Amino acid sequence: MEAKYYVGDAVNVRRAFPPGHVRTPYFIRGQKGVIHEVVGTYSNPEELAYGRDGKPALMLYRVQFRQSDVWPDYEGSNADTALVDLYENWLEPGEGAV
Amino acid sequence: MSEFGRRHHDMGGLGAGPVEAGNEHDYAYWEKKIDAVRRLLADEKRNLFTVDEMRRGIEELGAKAYDEMSYYERWAASTTNILIEKGILTIDELGRRMEEVEARLKADAEGS
Repeated sequence: MEAKYYVGDAVNVRRAFPPGHVRTPYFIRGQKGVIHEVVGTYSNPEELAYGRDGKPALMLYRVQFRQSDVWPDYEGSNADTALVDLYENWLEPGEGAV
Repeated sequence: MSEFGRRHHDMGGLGAGPVEAGNEHDYAYWEKKIDAVRRLLADEKRNLFTVDEMRRGIEELGAKAYDEMSYYERWAASTTNILIEKGILTIDELGRRMEEVEARLKADAEGS
């Protein structure tokens, strides 16, 4: 499977709140980040969680975020970042570099 | 609800107090057994359920149960519910087995 995003691409995490088993943490939805690593292809956990086969598989990315973007009251360095593993169906193309 | 759409288990960023240092402990034997059972049920030979299903089951335990149960109690509860859903265990055999174990533990306690 071909990756839609590559290392360095800006992405936005979808701001969606569906019911059910979702691996995208609440705190990161709606945030903008940068692809840090293309991890590989995995069966879709949102399907596996209900006993189905998880096909088609999804590309998984390790996405880097600025802590000061994620937490409005963040007191650490502006250079601090967080890495979150996110599946391709939760990402949209972002604008420019973060 | 102030935070629309946040599910109970999805606690990242919520206040939780300071991290307790030096709180590591050995796993109890029953906790290791729960881990072993889950791995055996999910292995390539049996393929009876996935870790994703177990996570989903944990998320569906309900907020009160989620908060009150320990980590491996949540594993056990979720695994049990999924095995019942799939017809791998019946409620009747589970109930009878639980009665047996309870009686055995009681007899052991009285005998010792």
